[in-house]
Formats: sequence, C-alpha cells, structure tokens
Amino acid sequence: MPNSKSAYSFSNKKEKLDTHIIVVWVDNEAGVLARVVGLFSGRGYNIESLAVAQVDEKLNISRITIVTTGTPQVVNQIKLQLRKLVPVHKVADFKREDKEVIFKEMALFKIVGPNNKLESALKACKKYNPVILDKTKKSNVIQITALRREIDKMSKDLKKFGLVSVSRTGAVAMTRGADIFK
Amino acid sequence: MSKLYSGAEIVFKCMEDQNVDHIFGYPGGAVLPIYDELQNFKSIKHVLVRHEQGAGHAAEGYARSSGKPGVILVTSGPGATNVVTALTDAYMDSIPLVCISGQVPTHLIGTDAFQECDTTGITRPCTKHNWLVKDINDLASTIHKAFEVATTGRPGPVLVDIPKDIQFQKTKYNRPKKEKKLNGKSHNHFNQNSIDELIELMSKSSKPIFYTGGGVINSGPKASELLRELVYATGFPITSTLQGLGSFPGDDNQFLGMLGMHGTYEANNAMHDCDLMINIGARFDDRITGKIDEFSPKSKKVHIDIDPSSINKNVKVDLAIVGDVKTVLSSTLKSLKQKKSKFLKSNKQKTSKWWEKIQKWRSVRSLDYIGSEETIKPQYAIERLYELTKDKDSYITTEVGQHQMWAAQHYKFNKPNRWMTSGGLGTMGYGLPAAVGVQVAHPKKLVIDIAGEASVLMTIQEMSTAVQYNLPIKIFILNNQYMGMVRQWQELLHDKNYSESYTAALPDFVKLAEAYNCVGIRAKTPEELDDKIIEMLNTNRPVIFDCMVDKVENCFPMIPSGKPHNQMILGPKDQESKKITGKGKSLV
Repeated sequence: MPNSKSAYSFSNKKEKLDTHIIVVWVDNEAGVLARVVGLFSGRGYNIESLAVAQVDEKLNISRITIVTTGTPQVVNQIKLQLRKLVPVHKVADFKREDKEVIFKEMALFKIVGPNNKLESALKACKKYNPVILDKTKKSNVIQITALRREIDKMSKDLKKFGLVSVSRTGAVAMTRGADIFK
Repeated sequence: MSKLYSGAEIVFKCMEDQNVDHIFGYPGGAVLPIYDELQNFKSIKHVLVRHEQGAGHAAEGYARSSGKPGVILVTSGPGATNVVTALTDAYMDSIPLVCISGQVPTHLIGTDAFQECDTTGITRPCTKHNWLVKDINDLASTIHKAFEVATTGRPGPVLVDIPKDIQFQKTKYNRPKKEKKLNGKSHNHFNQNSIDELIELMSKSSKPIFYTGGGVINSGPKASELLRELVYATGFPITSTLQGLGSFPGDDNQFLGMLGMHGTYEANNAMHDCDLMINIGARFDDRITGKIDEFSPKSKKVHIDIDPSSINKNVKVDLAIVGDVKTVLSSTLKSLKQKKSKFLKSNKQKTSKWWEKIQKWRSVRSLDYIGSEETIKPQYAIERLYELTKDKDSYITTEVGQHQMWAAQHYKFNKPNRWMTSGGLGTMGYGLPAAVGVQVAHPKKLVIDIAGEASVLMTIQEMSTAVQYNLPIKIFILNNQYMGMVRQWQELLHDKNYSESYTAALPDFVKLAEAYNCVGIRAKTPEELDDKIIEMLNTNRPVIFDCMVDKVENCFPMIPSGKPHNQMILGPKDQESKKITGKGKSLV
C-alpha cells in the first residue's frame, strides 16, 4: 500500500504564496483590532505588517491595513472571514504587484557618528524623501517613506554610517486616480 | 417623563420583547441584581442548572429543537469560563445562543477583582460577536442587536457582558427598531442565472447526488419540506451529514443514509463516483470528505450555503449559490416547474444505471452487524429503541462517541429538529443537558439522550435539574465500560494499546438514578431488552437506563485515516485486508 496521506489534514501540495495588502474599514470600537488580529492568528493566517488608525471621526471608522501572504484560496478565505465580523464595513484586497495602488511605509532612522558619516547617511536616503526630524552635533533622526524592501535595504546599508535605531510603520495603501474603493 | 428602568430590568424587558420564555442559568455575585428582578417578569421562566456548561448545552438543545434562540444567564469569572465549551459547540454547529454574563463593576475591571476574567476576550473566538456594555444607555440596543446577530445569516452564539454597576444604573427603555440591517450584510447573493445553471447541470447529469447538511435544518421546517419536494421532483438520490439528519425521511428509498467517516457504503461510494454533487447547507467537513485530494474526483460540485466563507474553503466548487436554503430551494423548484415540467420522467431513464449501481452498493448492507443472543449488541439496542419509539414524535440527543454514530446509523429520523448532537466540536457531555433543554421546549414529548457511560458522566449532575423541573428525560446509556471510540481507534491505529480508555470504577447507574431521585433501569440481555425499554417509556419521570452492551464492538463501516470514500472498512471480516498502515496511523 502506498504511503497514505491524512484524510483529515491539508494536502502537502506546495502552492505559490502571494503577498496581498488587505484593507479593512471597521467601526472604531473597543476590541475591534483584537477581533481582526485574532481571526488571523486563530486561523493560521500570516501578518507581515499592520497599520491602524481612525480615518473618519464623525462616522467613527478606522482603517486597518494588513500585509499578508497566502495561497489564492487562503487570501480568499481571509477576505470572506473578515467580512463576517460584525464591526467590519468593507474589505479591499490588493496584490503587491498591482500598479494601480500606492503602497508606502515610513521609517525613522537614528544615526550616531561624525559629521561625514551623517552626511553620507542622508545622501544614501536621498531617493526616499528624507526629512531630518532632529539634529545634534553627533546624531541625526531621518524620516523616509518608501516600500518595504527599500526600507529593508536602507536598514542594512545605513549600518556602516552609524545607524543605531530603526522604527518603522506597517504599510498603508491607496488606489491611484480619482476612484475610491467602494 | 417616561419611566426609568434599572439595567437588570432592561435585561428582562429586552427578553420579553424578544419573546424569550425560558432561560438557563446559574446565579452568582456579578448577576445578583438581574436575579433579583427575575420574579417581576412572570413570562420568563428560569431553569436552574447544576453547572454553567449544562446551561449552555440545555440552551442549545432548546434552540435546536424549537428553532428559537437559546438564552443563558451566568455570572462573571468561572460562570463565564464554564460556558465557553457550550459556546464553542454552538459556534461549530451554528446554533443561535444569547449568553448574558455578569461582570465585576466597571471601576474594578482590570484590577484582577474577585471572580473577574476577560470574558469578552476569552469568548471572542467562540462567538459570532460579543459586547462589554460600559454605558447603561447602550444596554437595550446591545441586547437586541445580540439577538439579531445570533439568529440571522448563519446562526451562532453571542455574548453580552454586563458589569454589576450597569445592572443597577437606571435609564429609559426603548423598544427595538425593526429590520435594521447589519452593516448591509444581507444573506441572499444569488441570481436567476445561477439557478438556471443549476437546473442545466441537473438535467445533464446521469449520476447526481444531493448532499445535505445542518443548513437545511437551520433554515426552518419549510426548507425541509422544499427539499423533499425537490428530491421527489428530480428522483435523485440523497445523503445527509450527521447534522442534517431528519430534513429528509430516513426510511425513504431515495435516502442513502448518512455519509462520511461512519456513513453507509452506498452514500460514500455514490459521493465518490457521482458526476454532479449538490451540496445544500453542508460545509465539506473533514469527517465528510475523507482524503481531500481524492474527494469525488469526477463530479461537478454545486454548493448552496448562506455563509460565503464556506464556499471554496475546503473543496473547490463549480457553482456557488450563496443564500438561505429555503429561498434557494424555492427558486429552484419554481424554475424547475417552469422549464422542465417533466423532469422526473425524462430523468428516470438517464439515472437508471446510476440507481442500479447504488442498489448494488446497498446490497452490501454495510450497517449489518453480527448479532448475539448472550450480550446486547449496541446496534441492536438502538434498533430496538427505534422500533419501540418510532410511532411517537420523539426527540433524540446524544453524547459523543460510538453510541452517537450508532444512533445516527440505526435511528431513522423523519422530521427536522428531532436530532440534537454535537458534531463540529464533538463535546462529550452534550446530550444530557441538551435533553433537558429539549424537554423544556417540548414538555409533552418523548426526549431520549442516547449516551455512552463515559460521556454522560461529564455532565451527570444535570439529572438533578431534570428532577427539579419534572423533566421526564430518558438517559439511554450504552454501557461498554470503555471510551468506545477511543478504544476503537487504539485497536485499529495503536496496536491495541488501550491506554487509559477503560473506566475501572464506574458508578452503579441504577443506584445513581435513585440517589438523584429518578428511576434506574438496567438491561443485561437481549431477551429482556424490549421489556425494559417499554418500562422506561412507560415511566413518566426522568430515567437512567443502564444498557449493558458488548464491550468490544466497533463502529462500522468506517473510512480509515488517509483514505478516500471508496475505500471503506466494512466490518470485522473486511478489516484484515484493509489494515491502516504507515503514515495513515499518525494522522487524525
């Protein structure tokens, strides 16, 4: 008899994982983030990054942006399960490759070192709209906005210029053009 | 100025407006203000259980047999944690429950106060939604919304946590506004095209099968009527999941019996070989599908379900119809009558070969067992129970294990809402309190809990509840002294290493019955079984029936681990040739 796989567990088929950005509009109420995040952990879905804030004070709506990876089937389940939550109004799903959508993350870098290193660090950041938020004789705090992988790269590259601390946000997303997601 | 009501009064005002007539509960510190008001609301009767888990399962039994939501009232801390099993059970089997729990006063929340726990945190993953009410002005609307969430769409449990200070505070009470939509979440998302496509598929199929589940029951008695109409109008064979039993008559010729792990040979083979599978209100659960990548390889699959997240979750389907079963079936029947008025006639020829094949599978008689004159075979006990009760409109609950599967196989249900069993969660100890709830909803009907001796001991204390409220439930224990299903798996999968599955010091169930002030009956031989069952049926008091059965009988047929539908183990004789080997052993 051939080796039998379980009848009662998932198949071992390797499927391609895609990265998706899921945007969820929710009522801004106690525990709502726990519901969304708990759904992900409880069902074994992945969260790569997370960004949450209230976006409409009057309607009391928060916008949650979650970067996740999964097979098409899993991503579909994520959307359907999210839509079942009572405080969820709508759910949008974008593929990371989607050209019609802007994704941005923000990072703060603290660089400590001599002046020439601080300069080099700033120069290295040039592509990503660097803003100096704080400046002393031996340190800089630089803010950049970029894509995830760009920030990943910068976090590595800036080490040689005296990077001592990184703080970064999850991704936020918005569609290009005049249309909004309904 | 309109009258002011306390939070505790508002709880009952809401229940009155929701037509609640029974609640199941247990008092404690954090719900005392609510219990204080109970006497002022005569239309609401409280059933005092002996453990909060019992309250939860009783409410489930009440809900499943009546179609109304079950209501639970428990205190904070342990009261709430004890009910978690029942909430999870209801969540898995889509049973509408509304649980009201007390909480420590708002100013003490987060201080590790006495009997404080994070109730909404703990119950978040096992309810459809839950609320912590921190403002008295939100209380009424929250409770009404709770009832709405529990009963609409795919039903399920909800919980409202009410701090003690809120129960004392006063405010005005407003009646619920009607027909408020939940964030625009309506439940029927299909159009006529899908129905036409379904009819097209049905008319093309030569090997069709209906696979129906608990969704048909949840959609109400009308859905079962429409299902019968559709099945008769098409002449197709039909099989049902554990939860769907009763939506189609169990003794009808078109019914192939239950499918799945312990389903019949004909049902599982028909599922495997069909060319069209019409899933109505079932969810492709792992106990149903067997090995998923060899599940019904040649069929077009249609899935009718109210919950969009059930579609394509486990099995990819070709046509999804999202909607309430009742609505979908009535549209389908309407279109069928308009477009293919002679469907049955034209279809008979087409499916005749299929029916021949099914008859061949049927002739295997997969539910047969080897009888005995010395010991009571558990299957025989269920068969006799069925024969002696089938003329009564009886309600059956079960615990979880072999007895549950035998009951599903050998007890034939002809009506919906007559069969209450824990399927999704598989909760041992479900059946006795569920029977209490069923009997509360149907005081004059015969209610039997088909039980195992191990399961029933988990919630045996609820016999005391049954006695207190004169609920003449019958606890029919198939006593084999083993956790039978555990023992069976150990025999088949763990080299007969019966680790901890034998209960060495069981109570004397007849004496136990006497201790609870109910009636104990024991049957030891097949010869006396009928008389004893009749004695039980003639007793208008709660009965514990200790049916001493064969200790080592196994439940067949069975789809073993790692196997598709068409490779079932049939019975003792067939076992040797299809031993479970290698990897299959380690996988559940």
